[in-house]
Amino acid sequence: MQDNQNHIEAHSLNFFYGATQALFDVSIGLKRSKVTAFIGPSGCGKSTFLRTLNRMNDIIDGTRHTGKILVDGQDIYDSSSNVIDLRRRVGMVFQKSNPFPKAIFENVAYGPRIHGEKNRRKLEEIVEQSLRRSGLWEEVKDRLEHNAMGLSGGQQQRLCIARALAVNPEVLLMDEPASALDPRSTARIEDLISELRGEYTIVIVTHNMQQAARVSDETAFFYEGKLIEVGPTKQIFRNPAQSQTEDYITGRFG
Amino acid sequence: MSMKPRNLSERLVYFSMLAVTYAILLVVIYIIADVVVGGLPVLSWEFLTDAPRKSGAEGGIWPVIVGTFYLVLCTVAFALPLGMAGAIYLSEYATQGRLTRMIRIAIVTLAGIPSVVLGLFGLGLFVIFLGFGASILAGSMTLACMILPTIIVASEEALRAVPQSFREGSLALGATKWETIRRNVLPYAVPGMMTGSILGIGRAAGETAPILLTVAAFFLPTLPQSVFDQCMALPYHLYILATQLPDVEKARPMQYGTALVLIAVVLSFNLAAIVIRSYFRRKYRW
Repeated sequence: MQDNQNHIEAHSLNFFYGATQALFDVSIGLKRSKVTAFIGPSGCGKSTFLRTLNRMNDIIDGTRHTGKILVDGQDIYDSSSNVIDLRRRVGMVFQKSNPFPKAIFENVAYGPRIHGEKNRRKLEEIVEQSLRRSGLWEEVKDRLEHNAMGLSGGQQQRLCIARALAVNPEVLLMDEPASALDPRSTARIEDLISELRGEYTIVIVTHNMQQAARVSDETAFFYEGKLIEVGPTKQIFRNPAQSQTEDYITGRFG
Repeated sequence: MSMKPRNLSERLVYFSMLAVTYAILLVVIYIIADVVVGGLPVLSWEFLTDAPRKSGAEGGIWPVIVGTFYLVLCTVAFALPLGMAGAIYLSEYATQGRLTRMIRIAIVTLAGIPSVVLGLFGLGLFVIFLGFGASILAGSMTLACMILPTIIVASEEALRAVPQSFREGSLALGATKWETIRRNVLPYAVPGMMTGSILGIGRAAGETAPILLTVAAFFLPTLPQSVFDQCMALPYHLYILATQLPDVEKARPMQYGTALVLIAVVLSFNLAAIVIRSYFRRKYRW
């Protein structure tokens, strides 16, 4: 099943929170440089799955898994795999924007600093470049030393995207990145995803069907911890193979 | 209508609460005012910078101030790193379970041990068993044991108040756990930790029992040269002035002066902690 097109692959992944199984035998390939949307009702396991891709679930006590996840063909749960390096390569944007309560500049410079960049000029360069990419530069370039908590919700989320981009990841995981934002900010985030498409492999969890249809190349539908169906977004929305998928996207449940 | 009696009881409750609050305020104001009024006339350059004479009935209290200063400083130097390390372990590393429950019970128990018992413990462990003798080292370690629970509990609460999303955001960028704690958790917890330290410092500076058996000298008009020296301390000196002199009445002004200085020293330590706290509050607000 190893396929060059696939940046990330899961093989028969089962995932448990203590005694509760959250994912059942999930196997999927996520295509390089494409946008893949995960859809499904609340509690269907799509966020859990997303968080296994950069091993963020490791920090929760009592979780375990069986099966494999490969990033660039390498098993990320293998003992030889370096979780620090994995998380640098596979960036994450959270549902609730979580800027650090310090200067805007320091937020974006946080990752590069952690990874050893000390040169101030280089940091300034990275910060500007990352903020430009997330479309925030023009709005904040004159107040980089201001506390990031003073930004609006939409700006905060774009700051978090800039912060993730600053460590030069290959993959960007987005966990409902626009669910707490107003329609205008949501549109900006979606535009941003379109701009980043092609450069990064993007995985986005969303509750918003239209959003999935607008921004993604591929769509995967999860239900009760199982991957029901995955395929090109157009096909999933126009002509789903599974009746459960059709029921969900036509709003009959969920 | 039954409005009236209800209204009445409402007012009754309100005014009794108000009265109690003001009563507390009055007590504090009375104590401070009494100490200031009695102590201010004694305060002079000579009183602050001279060594005591005749067991403290005459002269000044300079070595006593220095002694308390050293004691508090050493106590904080021992208790703060230890307390912070304990709090970081409990909040960030330990899996919550039986072990952490037992540790917490031990901390609460330590907080409840009478200070004179702690003094005896310090005498047994630091002074005699470890051979430090009656010294600043032994005294401040004893005081550190006393204020450790306050610092741990306050620090752990401060760490827990830092949103989990800050930790996740940092880890997701590829930071290690310790980098995350050091750069993106601890700085935000400093204000809360300072509050714990403030409370601890006040107690360390003011307690008599723990230092009585471990460090405090009855009369030692020279300055301590190292942490292995004994020293005088304000609370113990005050006790001596108030009870152990041949003519206690005559030493009244000295007692007031010493009490005033003790309060001032505690407040100045608190002020330093408050300055640090507000600096971090301003720098990192969320």
